[in-house]
Amino acid sequence: MEQVPRIRLDDVTMRFGGLDAVRNCSFDLPAGRITGLIGPNGAGKTTAFNVIAGLLSPTLGRVVLDGEDITDLPAYRRQEKGLSRTFQLAHEFGRMTVIENLMVAAKNDVGEGIVNAVFRPSRCLSQEREAYDKALKTLEFLEISQLAGEPAGNLSGGQKKLLELGRALMQEPKIMLLDEIGAGVNRTLLGKIADKIKQLNEESGYTFCLIEHDLDFVSRLCHGVIVMAQGELLMTGTVDEVRRDERVIEAYFGGGRYQDAS
Amino acid sequence: MELPGIAFYIVAFLTMGGIYAILCLALNMQWGFGGLFNAGIAGFYAVGAYTAAILTSAGSSAHLGGFDLPIVVGLICAGIASGIVGWAIARICVRLKADYLAMASIGIAEIIRLAIVNEEWLTNGSLGISRIPRPLEAFYSGRAAEVVFVVFVWLIVAVTFLVARRLQQSPWGRVMRAIRDNEETAASIGKDVQRFRTETFVVGSVFMGVAGALSAHYFKFFSPDATEPLLITFLAWVMLIAGGSGNNLGAIAGALAIWAIWSLTEVVTQQLPPDWATRSSYIRMLLIGLLLQFVLQRFRSGLFPEKSPKLRISREK
Repeated sequence: MEQVPRIRLDDVTMRFGGLDAVRNCSFDLPAGRITGLIGPNGAGKTTAFNVIAGLLSPTLGRVVLDGEDITDLPAYRRQEKGLSRTFQLAHEFGRMTVIENLMVAAKNDVGEGIVNAVFRPSRCLSQEREAYDKALKTLEFLEISQLAGEPAGNLSGGQKKLLELGRALMQEPKIMLLDEIGAGVNRTLLGKIADKIKQLNEESGYTFCLIEHDLDFVSRLCHGVIVMAQGELLMTGTVDEVRRDERVIEAYFGGGRYQDAS
Repeated sequence: MELPGIAFYIVAFLTMGGIYAILCLALNMQWGFGGLFNAGIAGFYAVGAYTAAILTSAGSSAHLGGFDLPIVVGLICAGIASGIVGWAIARICVRLKADYLAMASIGIAEIIRLAIVNEEWLTNGSLGISRIPRPLEAFYSGRAAEVVFVVFVWLIVAVTFLVARRLQQSPWGRVMRAIRDNEETAASIGKDVQRFRTETFVVGSVFMGVAGALSAHYFKFFSPDATEPLLITFLAWVMLIAGGSGNNLGAIAGALAIWAIWSLTEVVTQQLPPDWATRSSYIRMLLIGLLLQFVLQRFRSGLFPEKSPKLRISREK
């Protein structure tokens, strides 16, 4: 069956000064699938995420969401369309508590109006209660309930990664871009996160794209894999196809061609 | 000094302390919650002071107005005028990173100052505006009037504090602090960074204008000398950092503490030999600078460090 792409990267180039972090790259993230995005360091994976999420606007090319060109849409408007991402290096709100970090990610348009905030604080309560309950559930799922009142800046690296995931989950996104969500997280919890991703994908039909270096994690979850190297798309295929492909092995373990190019 | 003298020194101290408390609370909205580095506080203060002065003073041929309007009207208009200026600046500068916003705001405050000095038809230039009324002037005079005024100032401090606290405890304030802590993440969870920043900049500017208006009523005369950035912008920053950026009570405590020290240094510099006394204002500034160094080294987050507000929800349960 032909898959409808939720996200399509259409011939995207992202140039920083003289460096093409991403060059003429096109790929699809099919709806309702879990796609892995792999490649050696400096392949342009995170840059591709930033282009999709709207933090970078591409030098050339288009980003398409459900058939709509969103290339010029600012990042905060993309979230409204169901797009959510986590960061490779945890981007927590350091001076806020863990539970505030989660609550701020919930939809709370009443209390975020400045007039309501000053003159009608009681109107904010019902959304606030929802956000609070949801945040508690998310903390419970991530097994960090005991940290709720802790300033997020005090967490360990692994805990911050969990908070990244929690923040993304709070938004009930339709498409989640997870940038190395497993790095620094213990095995048991990683297994739980994988189960949760699977569950969200199978039961709610969420679309995922994961940047990962752990190929076991990728093969356990992903329906398809996109391989990037040196800013270019190397190949797409299933996990097994990718694992057998010589170009991929070369890119990861360093054949002469890629060493020359760098 | 005899006892009543000390009591009225305290009243005078609390009056200016209250005006600084409002400035400090306003700066806390911009910097403490929002991470916006406003180095042009004196500009907003001046806009507020002149708006109030022109609207409430008796008619004069030397400048625009005065229109002899009620003080409350003057105060509200001062807030609005300063807010509008803040909005215009925010439209241009809010996208700038903190350090560039600081530079831009210094420049704008200086432009406002030069405009005030030069546009004589509007402000009477360096001669200033006189005959600015105080509230309930007809009923109280002398020392009673001083007491009435200090109560008036602290009522407005209370209102400012209430607004600041509600803002901080609301989801709006949470988003603001999130933007301060990490702009990229805030955008990626769907928050319109520019909108929130503009709002906090404008609200802060409104209260800075109100503080300026109060000082105009207090002095009853307002000239460009009263908008000296060292006395307004610099002191307000020292106060906020010493008191605790991000903490509303800290903003008030810092304002009073630094104003107390500032007032005491005057007593000290008066004792200096005459050829040093002429340099007293610089020496005082130096002392405040040293004090700021001390606070930054010993109490990095101020006397009252920022605390996350109690969630209204968890309090209910």
